[in-house]
Amino acid sequence: MIRYITGRVLGMVVVLFLVTLFTYAIFFLLSPDPAAQICGKNCTPELIDQIRTNLGLDQPFWTQFFTYVGGLFTGRTFMVAGAPVDCAAPCLGYSFQTSQLVGDMIVQRLPISVTIALGAAVLWVLAGLVTGVLSAAKEGAFVDRFFAGLTLTAMSIPNYVLALVLQFVLVVALGWLPFPQAVSFTDDPGRWFLNFLMPWVVLAAGYAATYTRLTRANVIETLQENFVRTARAKGLAPALVWRRHALRPALTPIVTIFGLDLAGLLGGALITEKVFGLNGVGKLTADSIAANDQPVIMAVTLLSAVFVIVGILVVDLLYSVIDPRVRTGGAQ
Amino acid sequence: MTLTSSSLEIEAAPGADSESLSESAPTSGRRLVHAFVKDWAAVLSSAYIVLIILMALAAPLLARITGWGPYEFDQGAIDPNMGAIPIGPAGGISAEHWFGVEPGSGRDIFVRIAYGAQVSMAVALSATVITTVIGTVLGMLAGYFGGIIDTIISRVMEFMMAFPALIFMIAILSALPSDNRIVLLVVVISLFGWPYLARIVRGQTLSIKEREFVEAAKASGAGSARIIFREILPNITSTILVMAALAVPGYVGTEAGLSFLGVGVVPPTPSWGQMIASAAPWYAVDPMYFVFPGAFLFLLVLSFVTLGDRVRAILVSGETRA
Repeated sequence: MIRYITGRVLGMVVVLFLVTLFTYAIFFLLSPDPAAQICGKNCTPELIDQIRTNLGLDQPFWTQFFTYVGGLFTGRTFMVAGAPVDCAAPCLGYSFQTSQLVGDMIVQRLPISVTIALGAAVLWVLAGLVTGVLSAAKEGAFVDRFFAGLTLTAMSIPNYVLALVLQFVLVVALGWLPFPQAVSFTDDPGRWFLNFLMPWVVLAAGYAATYTRLTRANVIETLQENFVRTARAKGLAPALVWRRHALRPALTPIVTIFGLDLAGLLGGALITEKVFGLNGVGKLTADSIAANDQPVIMAVTLLSAVFVIVGILVVDLLYSVIDPRVRTGGAQ
Repeated sequence: MTLTSSSLEIEAAPGADSESLSESAPTSGRRLVHAFVKDWAAVLSSAYIVLIILMALAAPLLARITGWGPYEFDQGAIDPNMGAIPIGPAGGISAEHWFGVEPGSGRDIFVRIAYGAQVSMAVALSATVITTVIGTVLGMLAGYFGGIIDTIISRVMEFMMAFPALIFMIAILSALPSDNRIVLLVVVISLFGWPYLARIVRGQTLSIKEREFVEAAKASGAGSARIIFREILPNITSTILVMAALAVPGYVGTEAGLSFLGVGVVPPTPSWGQMIASAAPWYAVDPMYFVFPGAFLFLLVLSFVTLGDRVRAILVSGETRA
């Protein structure tokens, strides 16, 4: 097991390194000159040259890249308008457009993104599992077909369209919900809930639909397994057959998908945050893209990659604990 | 469904576990067509898709019929004293402007929807063709030859799938110069889309490779190319078809989402996602401006999802019955 984990972690480091390299190379090759951006309106060629030297933009690609990677581990110092700005490890860079350290910008906004992601995750898992199990139990009946239609709809509606529709109906027309604002939970839990409800629903809808379908398919498949038939044949109460024999194997694959989905969202629910104007990491990404603020985009890409890659590892390890059929690296 | 990376993967799973697809003999096309015609959901959704394709193809013609080009401003249709909102009911719907006009500019929404359909269809269908071809070829190579080829292809697939695809697509698109956005969108979407199909094809190839008829072909001296294309490929075509059908709505949604975020098709070229984005600030005063592109997009994705779903159901039931 230890050897397996070591191997996986090493593989993870390689993938992360490649993601960093790939992202950096793309920005290095494609982006407009950051020096010219920073320089702004009253710019002279000398000033641009000076900024380029300050930022190390006159260095070759590999030097710049390793300076960046070095900054991630040991921190670095930026010269901003003649004054040094310390950026402690892990240094994600400095945004010259907003005059802030990228790391600070992300840390400030992470709580909102995490709130949105976790709340939505609770919602979609509950909704998905309940409707999925119900559909499977009543396969072919009205309930099943109703949820089938509902899931197709939920899967097909783009979340920004759903967001705008809900906003129009619930906020503008009916006035039932406030326009979402990042109310802190400790200030007022009730208002916190109402404010985040719409973003949660919007974000969760598509996921809930896929979880419903997946749960339904898995449960139906498990119900046809021999061990379920055996359990039924030996006269086990239906409720126990479901609880002990049908649900557990049917639901374990969902753990995998859930881990990956959640990990993918922790780096910010870009569209949902943007539509509702909630100041999380996703909105930060959207704003930085509009402003072409490369250090921020670079950092967010990296951060999301870390979440996803760590998520894959955690899920794989968890999976071998949950599902006794999967034992990786054991004595075989 | 839009832009969630897992949706493609989850869609992939049912296609993968329906191994019955490849286990039985190929079905007769006529029986499938028959089952298809009797399925009202499949018929309705294909009718809508055909309608959108016709609309996209006939966009210049529609512009001529209505008399308004996609970039033409109609100052007469908006009220400058009311913040330039459209004159008339429901966003300025009239005999002249069938779906009304855009607030602010007075451009004809119907014609812009038709031109937006061009973008949507061009991007989604090209990306589907490209990802299907790449995914099939690489998946079969990895599955059939195994060894080092499999290792390389599988690692590349894992690498691509570990990427935060949406953020990365946005990053690439925002960094690249905006000459031909449609080609760029196709390239970027295909780049991140093929591993999902390749993984399924690889799995199917692995299982079919062990079957007796492949052994027989090998024993009778058939080469690798012959076995791959004549023995294995015909047995996974239905899986590929279903996967491709289920990929299209994902790509429609991705294109619209990227355009919505402002990194897709650049104005003034219309795209549905971009129209929704520009309608967002107006939705309280002029909801129709949002309703049309929103409804067209939703229905197109829904139709493709339903169609893919039905095709899969028909293929599975048709083949198990056969």
